[in-house]
Amino acid sequence: MTQFALVIDLNVCVGCHACVTNCKQWNTSGNAGPLADVNPYEADPRGTFFNRVLHYEVGTYPETETVYLPKSCMHCEEAPCVPVCPTGASYKREEDGIVLVDYDKCIGCKYCSWACPYGAREYDEARRVMTKCTLCVDRLYDPTLPEERRKPSCVLACPAGARIFGDIHDPDSEASRLIREQGGFTLMPELGARPANHYLPRKKRELAISEEQVERVHSPTALRSAPHAVGLKPIEEEL
Amino acid sequence: MNEVDSDYLASAITDGVKKTTCYMCACRCGIVVHVKNGKVRYIEGNPDHPLNAGVICAKGGSGIMKEYSPARLTQPLRRKEGAERGMAQFEPISWEEAFSLLTERLARIRATDPKQFALFTGRDQMQALTGLFAREFGTPNYAAHGGFCSVNMAAGMIYTIGGSFWEFGGPDLERAKLFVMIGTAEDHHSNPLKRHIAAFKRRGGRFIAINPVRTGYAAIADEWIPIRPGSDGALFLALMRELIAKNLYDREFLSEFTNAAYLVDVTPGSAEEGLLVRHPEGDPINPLRPHNFSWWDAEKEQWVPDHTPGVRPLLEGERTLPDGRRVKPAFQLLWESLADCTPEWASEQTGIPAARIVKLAHEMGVVARDFQIELPIAWTDWWGRKHERVIGRPVAFHAMRGLAAHSNGFQTIRALALLMTLLGTIDRPGGFRHRAPYPRAVPPNARPPKGPEAIQPGAPLKGAPLGWVEFPEDLAVDEAGNPLRIDKGFSWEHPLSAHGLMHNVITNAWRGDPYPIDTLLLFMANMAWNSTMNTTEVRKMLTDKRADGEYKIPFLVVCDAFYSETVAFADLVLPDTTYLERFDCLSMLDRPISEFDGPVDACRVPVVAPPPGVKPFQEVLLELGWRLRLNAFTNPDGSRKYRNYPDFIVRFETAPNSGIGFLAGWRGENGTLAMRGAPNPEQWKRYEEHGCFFHYELPPGLRYMRNWNRDYLKWAQEVGLRRDFDPIVIHVYSEILQRFRLAAEGRWPGRQPPAELRERVRRFFAPLPFWYPPLEDEHTDRERYPLRALTQRPMAMYHSWDSQNAWLRQIHTYNFLYVHPQTAQAAGVEDGGWMWVESRWGKVRCLCRYSDAVEPGTVWTWNAIGKAAGAWNLAPDANESQQGFLLNHLIREELPFGERTISNSDPITGQAGWYDVRVRIYPADPTEPPQSWPQFAPMPAEIPGMAKRPGGVIAYPTVMSVEEAAAMQESMKSPWAFLFQKQGASR
Repeated sequence: MTQFALVIDLNVCVGCHACVTNCKQWNTSGNAGPLADVNPYEADPRGTFFNRVLHYEVGTYPETETVYLPKSCMHCEEAPCVPVCPTGASYKREEDGIVLVDYDKCIGCKYCSWACPYGAREYDEARRVMTKCTLCVDRLYDPTLPEERRKPSCVLACPAGARIFGDIHDPDSEASRLIREQGGFTLMPELGARPANHYLPRKKRELAISEEQVERVHSPTALRSAPHAVGLKPIEEEL
Repeated sequence: MNEVDSDYLASAITDGVKKTTCYMCACRCGIVVHVKNGKVRYIEGNPDHPLNAGVICAKGGSGIMKEYSPARLTQPLRRKEGAERGMAQFEPISWEEAFSLLTERLARIRATDPKQFALFTGRDQMQALTGLFAREFGTPNYAAHGGFCSVNMAAGMIYTIGGSFWEFGGPDLERAKLFVMIGTAEDHHSNPLKRHIAAFKRRGGRFIAINPVRTGYAAIADEWIPIRPGSDGALFLALMRELIAKNLYDREFLSEFTNAAYLVDVTPGSAEEGLLVRHPEGDPINPLRPHNFSWWDAEKEQWVPDHTPGVRPLLEGERTLPDGRRVKPAFQLLWESLADCTPEWASEQTGIPAARIVKLAHEMGVVARDFQIELPIAWTDWWGRKHERVIGRPVAFHAMRGLAAHSNGFQTIRALALLMTLLGTIDRPGGFRHRAPYPRAVPPNARPPKGPEAIQPGAPLKGAPLGWVEFPEDLAVDEAGNPLRIDKGFSWEHPLSAHGLMHNVITNAWRGDPYPIDTLLLFMANMAWNSTMNTTEVRKMLTDKRADGEYKIPFLVVCDAFYSETVAFADLVLPDTTYLERFDCLSMLDRPISEFDGPVDACRVPVVAPPPGVKPFQEVLLELGWRLRLNAFTNPDGSRKYRNYPDFIVRFETAPNSGIGFLAGWRGENGTLAMRGAPNPEQWKRYEEHGCFFHYELPPGLRYMRNWNRDYLKWAQEVGLRRDFDPIVIHVYSEILQRFRLAAEGRWPGRQPPAELRERVRRFFAPLPFWYPPLEDEHTDRERYPLRALTQRPMAMYHSWDSQNAWLRQIHTYNFLYVHPQTAQAAGVEDGGWMWVESRWGKVRCLCRYSDAVEPGTVWTWNAIGKAAGAWNLAPDANESQQGFLLNHLIREELPFGERTISNSDPITGQAGWYDVRVRIYPADPTEPPQSWPQFAPMPAEIPGMAKRPGGVIAYPTVMSVEEAAAMQESMKSPWAFLFQKQGASR
């Protein structure tokens, strides 16, 4: 059974918000839109965004890590938003695991946003319905798009390539491979929702240099004597 | 539809897809714009574009909302009769009235004293045109924003290696193993850098970020090394010292490709002291820039011309020439100059532990040496030696305004360029790579006007308004050494000010120093707000009057697409187009978007029709140029030379039949020539067919070592990227700087600085880089003001460009001052609380945010998020003006200088010293209003032609009420609507 999901690589995400606005521009005039903006040019503007980037500082100076965490609907395998919906508007598709909201059935009661452990639901103040990430389902199957563009807008936009879209139930997908090989994890797994979206951790690359390496005399590009060593005549370079 | 507009309307589409080039920031990615019912529906990255390869950023994805901004200016405006400047009281006028008014005024100025007209532009990407206009007009008073942005980066590197970061070069992250990023948060080259850093990390590269703040790209660095602002130069000097002491540098590269082995005259008291020794038997190569320097043959112990075949040059020591002159190789002088730059000394300046500095040097040196790259690419060097392979040293750097925006930035960046040179990384795989049109001569060939005779009534300027000074004789000064330019660029105060000093234009014009001007035309530059230092006072200068009641700057013209703070001060407002509504070109004559493997230029074409009342600034200049009968824009019979801007771009040539124009692709009558060829009337069509960019990929043998790559240099001259055919030897030792020092010491036979400036020129024009504290420290009580304050650019907001953008302003609605918790607590400032930040020059009330990602001696904020009330047609109580703030109020555009003042800039280049300011912090009193300070009277929202600001709830694509939005949802009969029908839940 297919389970589409995003794998988000925190090792390369620089928090640029490309995923945030490009999600908005696709979806606001796509099938899940429009995504309203309240007070767009006034005080306290707030709008509907299916995807947001959280910014954390971890650790204390100077061992500080600045972490950007893009967050949208996790398309949970045991989605807590689905059973709480009184009208059946909130549902999970069998064929691809995408969690969607049927706006025609949604009465805007917000039970689902209380049930969602990830705060991923976005109440639309214009239409008074609950909205959320659709994984750009209206792109995924659109035969008028070139095949390589049948992906969520955020994935196509991401300048760092930090968002990988795929079927996490297909062990051969790139998404599954990355989760497997790079220690992919989900947020708050203890809650049992089995989020489909995964994150890849930060990795640190160190360089160990031994004293011997630095002091090595047979440098192909350097003199054998330091220039300040008075009286020593430089010897032939090894070109 | 008139003739000028016809191409615009013909290019615009109402339904479909069109490729063009983004301009939501200076990165300039390729975009694919989807249009539906005449409105922009979706903008995506162009997958075929070399810059962004299909990706797009937060700004680019919000381009739609630029088209919907209620801050849009839609017709020319004139300040109302009797209304005071600054109050934004306008009446609409026709374009004909606007042109007549301007033409009359400018024609009078041109006929009497052309320098009374000043044209300064902001993030102008058509400097080849704006500069041409100024030159043809005859005024030296032209510059773009480089002087207050990052001229130190350009000049510091171009005066050293003939190229620079940003558009002109960058880190080769595809092959680097170690990447060191210094003083950079976000960058011009925004999306490519994100792409390449991510790919670099995935390949296992090691990324070290050196910055007082950890944000942006530094967030994903393997290691963050916090550093005190303004101390980077000390770090580089110590790194160089350690690399040389441990022999961890590329000695062959230094000997062959730099002037490290060139002999310097060190005869005490000689008129030639500190100059490079010419060899009488050497080959001058180029009479305009003689190259006959000297080496000392280390084996035969004799004086020889540089690059004598078979000779290994002496790098260390002192020798005597047959005529008795004492000489030392430049490298010996470099080593001597580094003697005191120990890691311990640098640690005191930078706050980085000495052991870490040593380790950093070792990391760089060992990676450069032990991970040598060898590409099987044959090439021939300038001296005719054939090389079987291209060698690379995979240590790459990137640096930006964190180095540049200090008054010690030029020498700091020289030091960085030398560090990169010591490692042998210049235009080599894995290191720094040039981008066309660079590398260029050190320095490039354009020269500023040399004296008052260059400025003549009714005549074009003799010389380019901006250029590169090589000798004191190149300065733009009069007999007495006084500045020719209103910004005092290229004067003894800032001799190498290659980009001018826009930050001093208003102050100087207001004071009438060096002279008053009549008309100031500002394009896309928010000089009454975030683009100026000392904002509060500069706003007063704009409204200050002479005794006779006339404004001190009598006429101010502002061209912008949006209702910026500066628009309020205009006497005449010229409404511009957006990037989706105009033709543009990102030209090889200016700042193209080239790649490492060859030149790339690009253009824009209108995707949607501009509103009827607006006019692209390019068209304004062409029309004015013709009305003023400037040669470049007028036929000999007085008729208009170019129908419109697209016609100008196609037909303009740099010289008659030069074959070089604004766009390099599809030239020649049949469109088959690249780089150089006759104008092609079909050129725009070819660009459109190819995604609005042209990429000329050099053969592999011409892609590396281009400073000295004979075949590349020949090609570059043939296609007109370079005037001369000569090598670009790296200036480890800068004889150019030494000439100014000699002049200051009274030992130069030509021009010498006025007495009051001699010590200043002598001190800073050191031929080898050195570090000094930012100049503001000399004028500030460091005990009272212990902290440094600086700004960074957020990735989702490019300065002030998009505060009017409904989506982007939700990401950055207002800004905090970020303070280390201990620093804040020591001052009694609470997290989230109101506080004061105060410099010697002023104070600002703002909100505090504790941050562990900033070194304790630094406070910082995002640049240009704070706005003046009502500006950009935001509500007067919008967060941008009530909680947001501008740091600029604390930063002075001038520093004391004896009895007078002098620009608060780098004394070599005139780069604005933005990040030099020292501050202290303290809590705001609880009785004070919870509001940022200073506040200004709100700008009125009732501007002729400006839309009413929509309140409440809107939803793109049409601004609508809640009911309308619901109706629209109902009416969306998309073929994919079935996807939203319930098809069976999983349980």
